[in-house]
Amino acid sequence: MPPTWKNVRADFPVLHQTVHGKPLVYLDNGATSQKPRSVIDALVRYYEGYNSNVHRGLHALSMRATDAYEGARTRVARFINAADPAEIIFTRGTTEGINVVARSLAATLKPGDVVLTTEIEHHSNLIPWQQAARASGATLKYVPVLGADAEGGLDLAALDELLTPAVKVFAFTHISNTLGTINPVAEFCRRARAVGAITVIDAAQSIGHAPFDVRALGADFVSFSGHKMCGPTGIGVLYGRRALLDKLAPDETGGGMVVSVTYEDARWKPAPERFEAGTPNIADAIALGAACDYLDSLGRDQIAAHDAALSRVAMEKLSTLPGIRLIGPRVGAERSGLVSFAFADVHAHDVVTFADEDGVALRGGHHCNQPLMRKLGLTSTTRASFYAYNTEQEIDILVASLRRTLKFFGAG
Amino acid sequence: MSADLSELYQQVILDHNKRPRNRGKLPTANRVAHGDNPTCGDQCSVYLRLVPDAANGSDRIAEISFDGSGCAISQASASLMTTQVKGKSGAEVDALYQQFHEIVTTGNAPEEISDLAAFAGVHAFPARIKCATLGWHAAIEALKGGPEVTTETHTD
Ligand SMILES: Cc1ncc(COP(=O)(O)O)c(C=O)c1O
Repeated sequence: MPPTWKNVRADFPVLHQTVHGKPLVYLDNGATSQKPRSVIDALVRYYEGYNSNVHRGLHALSMRATDAYEGARTRVARFINAADPAEIIFTRGTTEGINVVARSLAATLKPGDVVLTTEIEHHSNLIPWQQAARASGATLKYVPVLGADAEGGLDLAALDELLTPAVKVFAFTHISNTLGTINPVAEFCRRARAVGAITVIDAAQSIGHAPFDVRALGADFVSFSGHKMCGPTGIGVLYGRRALLDKLAPDETGGGMVVSVTYEDARWKPAPERFEAGTPNIADAIALGAACDYLDSLGRDQIAAHDAALSRVAMEKLSTLPGIRLIGPRVGAERSGLVSFAFADVHAHDVVTFADEDGVALRGGHHCNQPLMRKLGLTSTTRASFYAYNTEQEIDILVASLRRTLKFFGAG
Repeated sequence: MSADLSELYQQVILDHNKRPRNRGKLPTANRVAHGDNPTCGDQCSVYLRLVPDAANGSDRIAEISFDGSGCAISQASASLMTTQVKGKSGAEVDALYQQFHEIVTTGNAPEEISDLAAFAGVHAFPARIKCATLGWHAAIEALKGGPEVTTETHTD
């Protein structure tokens, strides 16, 4: 039976449990999403039915595994509307994909070149560029974020000034994991193209939550993680435009990625194999294909609308709490399915511990965004992040829990 | 509220969180160390004025203060720590920390220890042990003359 919006929660086995005696309210989807039965089944089917290595066996199981693995690549290509399955490289996740691009591009950078990124990046789309700049002598620059609570989004006027022909790479996130800001990525790609800069999009927070079309965007590289889009951990995707991929040197070398090898030298296969040295993560790639099926049967446009509606309700209800500081787009403004906030007198850690008592799973901390936190004068925020299976009723449970916490600390 | 949670947030802890003792920079400090808990962003700097103790041939803490930001557990623990280690030598602080560590990891507090026993409830929340020990690590580092510690390099 194909999944429907009527029984989304029934598709996720993990949701049906109690935590500290209360029904689980899972609001930590920004960290990782839960997995539907169909994804779990795909893993079991593979391991019980045709576990085998790919691309090297001539026996029946190996051929089945190869077909399923390559089928998953084709499925992911369709999921993001890539022109060619060969543009899909399986990785461990967003972090690895960005590191591969940053290391490979670093070899093409030189002093005087500029790598441009933004002030709201996750550490995994920031440190690799620091390293690439350091290794190549290129300069790293940041598009600033506007507003005391970063409510104004990235400064587009500053972007115009920063985006000169010296910029060789422009790396930015689609959705901020800390702020909930949705960046105008199509616009960013268009402006970057105009100066000949290569675009690298961190789609970790958006890929499972909204439609994503690499060709409509004109993106050069896109990195994302399976585990935030109903897929397993340990699998991710690096999309690269074919013309660019074939020019890049491989990052890792070894088996499976070579045409011929002598004691002196080796010749690389074209993409994607040239970027997939060694036995790949076969099972999780196949299950990622199942996650694509699941999300498309719900409809990513509908998931986006559902997330945004929950965010809107959450922002309105949270804004009534005493002493709350809401970070990112203001109440009523466009935002993704996550809200991030801090209280004057109660620390995020204490909030998360109290919420946990009420069965509510939240994230408290710097969200791998230390420079941004520092800029906002914060050391941590509490984040609630939503997905297709969350409900308005769960937001009420969250708000009631927060009220109780504030009262306990004499701040309510 | 569950028994575990009320054990964790004892009155003593709430009081030190609301009215921290010895908070702020110490102008006369001759030692300072900074502690970081990178997973949650908690920070704590400890300032010491050490004076030589001729009788023992070692230094003693004449004055102490802390500042930083973090959860109630980390801030209250740092505050209480400052009240407990004042006047003590490095070896005495080490010994007291061993007792405190025992309390927060096992929940067992020896009879003779009073206020520190308030942190016994931490043991039921293993993720919070690092919060409770952050200020102590910074103080011990300052005594040793080191500039910076992170709880990631400690096994607790
Ligand atoms: C915006 C963003 N980028 C990158 C990452 C890193 O993803 P992963 O840890 O799966 O590599 C995350 C995950 O938290 C994220 O939210």
